[in-house]
Parts: sequence; structure tokens; C-alpha cells
Amino acid sequence: MDRRFPFKVLEHIFSFVDSNEDRNSVSLVCKSWFETERRTRKRVFVGNCYAVSPLKVARRFPKMRSLTLKGKPHFADYNLVPDGWGGYAWPWIEAMAARRPFLEEIRLKRMVVTDECLEKIAASFRDFKTLVLTSCEGFSTDGIAAIASTCRKLRDLELRECIVDDLGGDWLSYFPETSTSLVSIDFSCLDSEVKLSDLERLLSRSPNLKSLKLNRSVTLDVLESLLRRAPQLVELGTGSFSDELDPEEIAKLTKALSELKQLKSLSGLWDLLPEYIPLLYSLCPRLTSLNLSYATVMDLIEDKGLKTVALCCKELRELRVFPSGADLDETDVTLTEQGLVSVSEGCPKLESVLYFCVQFTNAALVSIAKNRPNFRCFRLCVMEPFAPDYRTQQPLDEGFKAIVERCKDLRRLSVSGLLTDKAFEYIGVHAKKLRMLSIAFAGDSDLMLHHLLSGCQSLKKLEIRDCPFGDTALLENAAKLETMRSLWMSSCFVSFGACKQLSQKMPRLNVEVIDEHPPKTRPDSSPVERIYIYRTVAGPRLDTPEFVWTIHKSPEVGVSRLSIR
Amino acid sequence: MITELEMGKAESELELGLGLSLGGGTASKIVKPGGGGAWGERGRLLTAKDFPSVGSKRAADSASHAGASPPRSSQVVGWPPIGSHRMNSLVNNQATKSAKEEEEDGKKKAKDDETKDVTKKVNGKVQVGFIKVNMDGVAIGRKVDLNAHSSYENLAQTLEDMFFRSSPGTIGLTGQFTKPLRLLDGSAEFVLTYEDKDGDWMLVGDVPWRMFITSVKRLRVMKTSEANGLAVRHQDPKERQRNKPV
Repeated sequence: MDRRFPFKVLEHIFSFVDSNEDRNSVSLVCKSWFETERRTRKRVFVGNCYAVSPLKVARRFPKMRSLTLKGKPHFADYNLVPDGWGGYAWPWIEAMAARRPFLEEIRLKRMVVTDECLEKIAASFRDFKTLVLTSCEGFSTDGIAAIASTCRKLRDLELRECIVDDLGGDWLSYFPETSTSLVSIDFSCLDSEVKLSDLERLLSRSPNLKSLKLNRSVTLDVLESLLRRAPQLVELGTGSFSDELDPEEIAKLTKALSELKQLKSLSGLWDLLPEYIPLLYSLCPRLTSLNLSYATVMDLIEDKGLKTVALCCKELRELRVFPSGADLDETDVTLTEQGLVSVSEGCPKLESVLYFCVQFTNAALVSIAKNRPNFRCFRLCVMEPFAPDYRTQQPLDEGFKAIVERCKDLRRLSVSGLLTDKAFEYIGVHAKKLRMLSIAFAGDSDLMLHHLLSGCQSLKKLEIRDCPFGDTALLENAAKLETMRSLWMSSCFVSFGACKQLSQKMPRLNVEVIDEHPPKTRPDSSPVERIYIYRTVAGPRLDTPEFVWTIHKSPEVGVSRLSIR
Repeated sequence: MITELEMGKAESELELGLGLSLGGGTASKIVKPGGGGAWGERGRLLTAKDFPSVGSKRAADSASHAGASPPRSSQVVGWPPIGSHRMNSLVNNQATKSAKEEEEDGKKKAKDDETKDVTKKVNGKVQVGFIKVNMDGVAIGRKVDLNAHSSYENLAQTLEDMFFRSSPGTIGLTGQFTKPLRLLDGSAEFVLTYEDKDGDWMLVGDVPWRMFITSVKRLRVMKTSEANGLAVRHQDPKERQRNKPV
């Protein structure tokens, strides 16, 4: 085989193989393909930073230019994972800095990133271009300043919903006057004010800037001046949208917005006042992504508003609607299932939705499924746990059945409301392409888990909280877990004994218990509050805090907690 | 403060098909008779002090609770699943909004007739619609559509179904009470009470239905023992007979 396909030819062929999944398959064919593939892979994706050691990754891919890592379990976003759990970026940065100095892009999600990490990046990778930190924490604006000032070729600097020690807006002034390479900048999660003149000058000298996401402290009255300097924007995250503008200012802003001919994505819109919505109309026909996370003013995002979206935003692909404070208080219900039905009717390209609602009906879900069989990501959060169809008092089983039956390309699903085991039987039978599933307050028994683990062929990430299944389904489907990235279970009925059995049965799984007390002091039958199970070739991790316990493979040992910082 | 979700099921509902054995892990749920629910007994291993509170609390919460009432669903840890950034934004919004409202009220007090009645919506129409129902001892409140009901008996039946559901395949919020609740005649463990427009808590059933639905703000299924001293107009025993669920 080698002689007929010399390295150079293989290499050329593989250069057309982009997706990592395909590359992973390619690398399994034979040794020479493995070697060729690994020597040519430029973009490396590690979905769980504990699945493999940094050193191994650094060594395997000598031509690596881009590294993407994910750390904490998704439910960490909702305070279900205590602080100090782990997900430290440092070992990775250190390993790459020493061995892969040509690294250009680092993307991290849910990891702990310190200023030290950022300084190391700035100092070690001279062609560094892209830093995207999503839901990360542990650094301050000083670290950002280091990146801005030192990375001469910086193109992307995106801080998405990070928790940052915000020491002030100075960091923006650290971009050298000579830097003109910026393509995207996102500082929406920072609190403090940046100097307007710094921002204006940066925009003026960045002709390639495509994505600009401001923070809340950028007021509406200066938006026009910024947009004038960047009419080529494809993505815009505004700052605060609530100041009082005089008619002249409104006219100028309207004009500036209408000049954004390439704009496809809109977010920000903090405190959006209803009277300013017409300003956005000129943008709607081209919008493919609308994020209304922060535009949550009482009475604003209601069924009426979404009907307007359905009418105006025909290109819409992605929609996120969050509850207003009113919804959380459950007083006036102005946003109902009808809003989502309208959007699913009116927006033919809609494929990704995140929707919060107080209650729902099966009929609405069936309509939505009929309207939009092209959903790839459907996340519905009915905020009342166990809420049935409020018209029929039935569980929402049939509604979600319609979704998984019709949406054959569904990759990600979050379910909610009152659901029995039947719902999960339907999901197991139909959701063959489903990769990620999130469940809370649902199901009746072990059958629920059994249906999922035995049915969902493509399942990679499963996260479950407050559901009444137990050990049986877990142990019966243990082998499945090695085909998945991770499984999170909290407040379910899994016993300590089952965790031990599972760990001993499956050598390449890390079974981690999150508990403030040492689990070994408890009987096997005692329930475990929080478990995180993931496949790994790196063995038990060495940086566990005092509340994380890895169940040992050897029965005598029980649990171990190795902590080497 | 976290309260556990108290859940249970009638024994007749337990069903593990496919011959899955129950050996080994005894944590697979066998409902213990006597109510309370298996979940409530286990308890959480990490407590609220380990996490920042996720629930949003309105700065000017006008709907104050009478006595120790169960927390809202937004006070369960990590629920609803909204990241902390947005949560903070919402809480800030609420605080700003309340502050703004108070400020505006102060200015417009002389001119403005509008009350801050929760049942009034933006368009000035009085909307009855859904109101909250909480039950003593149950963490999660529910909502009921008053418009969908025509009488007290109707309403009581819906509430019984909601909190003490016993049909197979579904889960009641509290346990295995299968006998009729008799919320309206004061003979059972629980009584139905409501908060009216003036903020007073009254026993349900005193006034004609139509009057009731215009003045009710929210409902509470209260333990009879705690209902003593509630404002209640004297009720003729004969009237009580008529109000009794059939």
C-alpha cells in the first residue's frame, strides 16, 4: 500500500479532508494513513481536556495551527459544578508553547484561564492570530492587554460570557496603532467602560473587521459613530440600547444601521426599548442569527414581537429567546408557545432554537415539528418543572415525539416539561443523529435511560439532572459510555456501588463523584449526588480538588483522589 | 435556601419492564409508602452555601408571602438553566425597572390613576387568566387558568389532579393521596385559600364565583391547622353542603 501511495500523494489527498471526524476515521485505516494524517492535521479539536494528555496531543500533531479545547461539563453554566472543579488551561498552554510555537489559534470553552496563561500565549506564539474564550474564568483585563499589545498579527479576540476580573477599560488602548489586522472583537462580557476614542480609532484602522460585539457600557448615543467606521460588519453586538436620543440622533443612527449591508447577525441590545425596535427593521431581511438574550424588557419579547420576527426575518437560521424577569417571577405571561410556533411558520431556514417559556402544549410542538423539519438544534426550556401540556394536562411525550420523528437531522436536543419514559422511548427510536441531549425533571424509571443509551446511536454527550432512574440501566449499557464523550448525572438514583461496578467494568472511563464527603465512608447502596463519567486515554486526572473523587479501577482501593498541582 | 423537590409515586405506577433486575443498586426507586417521596429523604450532599444563588429575586417584591411559603421554581439550584451572565442581567433589569417605576410613580403620582395591580396588563384590560398556586410542603408552584373553570368544584378538581395526581404514568407532586381532597369543605388536611386584591388571605368559597375570579391574585393550598384565623365570612352550614364537591 505504501509503495503505491507515496506520502506526498496521501498528504495531498488528505489536505481536502477538513472535518475532524473524517480525519479521525482516516487515521484508523492503517499505520501509514495514521502517520500521514497526523503529520498533516492543522486543526485539532479536543472535546474533553481530560480525555487525553496535552503532551500526547502536542507530539502527535506537529503541524498543528489551531487548538480547540473544552473543559467543564456543560451544567457548570448553571452552577451545578462547584468552583475549583478543574479544566485548567495552563498545562495545555505550557505544552504547546514548548513544542508548537507555530500555533496560531486557541479556542477554549469552560476552562480556567489565568493571566499567566494569556501572557504565555502572547510571549510564545509569534504568529498568534485567534483567541476565543467561551465561558472561561480566572483572568483579568491585564491578561487581555498582554494579548492586545504583543500579538502583532492578532485577528480575533473574543470573550464570550467569560467571568473576568475587570480592572478597567484600558486594555483596549493596548492595541498598537500599527495593528490593522483585526477581524473580530467581542468584549460583551466586560463591565467597564472603554474609551470611545480608542474604540473609534481601532475601528477606523481595521478595514477587515467583520464582527464587533460591544459591552453594555457602550451607550446608544455613540453607536452611530462606531458603525460609521465599520459599515462592512457581518456581526454586530450592540451595547446598551436604551438611552434617550433626540430625533436628529435617531435619524443618524437609522442611516448608519441601514448602511450595514453585510450584516447577518445581531445581538447585544441591552435594555432594548420598544420604541427603538423600528430602527432595526432595515436589518431584518438579511439576518440569519438573532440573539435576544439581553433584550428582555417586560412586555417586549412576547408573542407579538416574535410574530414580527417571523414576518421580517426570512433568512433567520438561529434564534435565542430568554425569559424576562417577569417570566421568572411568573406574573404576566406574555411569551407563550405561540411565539415559537409563529417563528417556525415564518422562518423557513430556522434550524437552531433556544426558547424559554413558562409552559407549552403538545399541539404546539407538533406544529413546530411539521413546520420546521430542518431543525438541527432544538432546545426548549419549559420553566415549570413537570409542567404538562397546559391545555390537556397530558405529558409532553407526544410533542417531543413529533420533533424527533420529523427532524431527522437533529443534533442537539433539550427537553423539559412533564415527560414519562415514553418520551425517551421515542427519542431512542427516532433521534438517530442526536449527539447531545439535556434532560431535567423527567421520566419515571430506569427505562428512560435504557431507551436512550440503547437507541441513540450517535449520542456523544448526555446530561441529566433530577430524574428517577437508577443503577440498572446504567450498568446494562456500560459499553455505550465508551462511545460517548461524557455523561453527567445529578440528583438521580445512582448508587455508590453501581459507580464502583461501572468503573471496574470499564477501564477507559473515568468515573468521578462530586461530593464534599469521601464516598468510601458510605455504604454501596447510598446514592451519589453528582457523577461525571467520561472516556479517556489519560487515566484518572491528577488535579482533582477535595470534592472530586475518581472511582478506582481496583476494587480494594475504592476511591482515589490524586492531586498534584 | 434550597428545598428539595418532594416527589413520589403511587406504588401501582412503578414499572420496570424488560425484565431489568433490581439486584445490586437498591437506589433504583422503590416507593416507600407513607408519602414524602424517595427524593425528599436522600437530601442534597452539597448545600446552598456552596453555590451562589441562581434564583432571581425582585428588588421590590410586592407579592410578599404570607408565612413560610414554598420557594418558586426559580429558586431550585441551576434552574431555570440560564447562565450567570444573563441571570445577572435579568436581576439588574428587574432592579432598574423597579427603581424606575418607583421614580416615575413618585413623579406622576398626582396625575396617574393606574394601579400597579398585577392582574392588569399593558393594554389596560383586566386579564384573569393564569394565576399561581402553591401548596404547603411542595417546592414547585403551579399555575392554573381560571378562565378555563366555571365553578369552585371545577377548580378544586383541577387542583386535586395537579397536586395529587394518581393516574398511571404520571407523577403527582406530593405523594400517593388517592382519596378526594375535599378542598372546599374544611374537613380534610388541606384547605384552599387565596390572596385577594387587598393582600388579604381568605378561604376560598365564600363569595360568588364571578366575584372571586376578579379579586383573586393567587391561590394557596394550606394545611388546615395553619388556616385558623383566616378571614372568612360566616358560612351557613347549608351553604357549605351546596359547595361540597360532588
